[in-house]
Amino acid sequence: MRDDFSSFTGYDIARAIKNGDCSSEEICSFYLSRIKNIDSVLHSFVEVYHEPVGENGESSLSGVPIAIKDNICIEGRKITCASKILSSHISVYDATVIRKLKSAGLKIIGTTNMDEFAFGSSTENSCYGPTHNPWNTDCVPGGSSGGSAAAVAARLVPFALGSDTGGSIRQPASFCGVVGFKPTYGRVSRFGLVAFGSSLDQIGPITTNFVDCAHLLNIICGIDPYDSTSSRRPVPDFTRSLVPEIRGLKIGLPREYFGEGLDREVEGVLKEALMVFEKMGAEVYDVSLPHTEYAVAAYYIIAPSEASSNLQRFDGIKYGLRVASDDLLSLYKKTRDEGFGRESKRRIFLGTYSLSSGYYDAYYLRALKVRTLIKKDFDEVFKKVDVLFTPTSPVAAFKIGERIEDPLSMYLSDVYTISANLAGVCAVSFPCGFTKNGLPVGGQLIGRPFGEEDIIRAGFSFQTETDHHKRMPPLSLVTEEQKDKSWL
Amino acid sequence: MVDKKTVKYVANLARIGISDEEVEYLIPQLSRIISYIDKLKELDVSDVEPTRGATREENVLREDRVAGSSYRDKILNNSPLREDGYFKIPRVIE
Repeated sequence: MRDDFSSFTGYDIARAIKNGDCSSEEICSFYLSRIKNIDSVLHSFVEVYHEPVGENGESSLSGVPIAIKDNICIEGRKITCASKILSSHISVYDATVIRKLKSAGLKIIGTTNMDEFAFGSSTENSCYGPTHNPWNTDCVPGGSSGGSAAAVAARLVPFALGSDTGGSIRQPASFCGVVGFKPTYGRVSRFGLVAFGSSLDQIGPITTNFVDCAHLLNIICGIDPYDSTSSRRPVPDFTRSLVPEIRGLKIGLPREYFGEGLDREVEGVLKEALMVFEKMGAEVYDVSLPHTEYAVAAYYIIAPSEASSNLQRFDGIKYGLRVASDDLLSLYKKTRDEGFGRESKRRIFLGTYSLSSGYYDAYYLRALKVRTLIKKDFDEVFKKVDVLFTPTSPVAAFKIGERIEDPLSMYLSDVYTISANLAGVCAVSFPCGFTKNGLPVGGQLIGRPFGEEDIIRAGFSFQTETDHHKRMPPLSLVTEEQKDKSWL
Repeated sequence: MVDKKTVKYVANLARIGISDEEVEYLIPQLSRIISYIDKLKELDVSDVEPTRGATREENVLREDRVAGSSYRDKILNNSPLREDGYFKIPRVIE
């Protein structure tokens, strides 16, 4: 019987449980204890479930604990989206992914911090305050799934779910040195995910390795009658892609992703990572995604527009916060003014503006046409290559407070992740190395629509030749003094 | 382009209350963002169809059959003010 499971993968833990080496209860206690000792420094959890939520289901991951980003509905439990406007809301039903996790026997041990309503790239926009990066607690963990990424990196939980609309799984995974996977749009049901950008959102796994990622994808993917955008495409067994064989795999390097704006040190780490793929027999090609420079602009019209519509429901009538007023209009305005944070308001204003009469054609409709051009770029490129290799983020984790007053600079840092959401393709960020200051650097593999198998195989192969994903942040148990300052 | 009048107009459409200080604070930020977004005007999209979503599914229908729902009380319990099975709101009709 082991005492320390922190170096175990989720799959290892599941096998240990099946072999009788330990019980699910012991595993959950182990992680709950780590959360108690370490999370007061990180603030990665919004709510910890001291009685884990789950059922006795059977799967390759049964009995293993998991954390859930706080924008996914768990019946009977608080869901906040890190916003004041929802701070007292109790979910009325389980999201489809939660039902699937429960049927598979996983144990939910808590909900994780995020940027409010998933608006952000740093987890600084949470009404609960920021989450700290476990590799350097002065730095952001990335966002919006920063809580999930930080918790997995610090081994407070073997894996977690996040959501990705413009990079919100992949960028925090890159900043925290873990694997963050965004499936093809339609692979995973969005039923029970609080909608931000309905044509862009996907739920996906955040893990320390590709084995766990493949097992989790098997569990959460699949058509759902409750989500009419979920795909009829059959779900393969993704674990069959866990083979260290990539000879002949055609990897494209889009030149627009390796130019100006990319930090030289990050580029250096990725160039070395590329050599691992080449050594294993992959073929590298120079390719182009010509409309890349328009992706951020198109996204920051489309996503806020969809968000402004999706967030209309938070009006003080049906959910959480209400600021009492004499008339209905004042009730709406005061509730939404008090309940939404700054970034949420900014996005709603941008979206409302883009959709308003007189501006709709010039902004929203035009952006949808540019989206077609971006999607066509990917269709073209995947005729020549199987996967693309790119940076995930132009920089490694920045300091808390560094970019929060300059929203445009925050938006521009999404440049490498955003196109995958616009085009609906699958993409994953995985640890490729570290900066000289010890901050993780993630690389991104982008696959064709429903091409998860290729990027899983490439990433898994990479991890058989490298051990960046096994390194853990130099955290130690916090002192008694720090424990008292727990904000939970 | 983005002036006080525009911000107040948009805030009203969005049903979000906004103070004069917040308007002043937002004007430069929104201006910068919207100037950046204007970049899209460089492209000729006259022959391009819009892509509204990444989904390839269309007209997904189901049978028009009532499936029971026991959510009413749970939904109402989340509302700040309720009475007799209704959401309670300020008077809207004089």
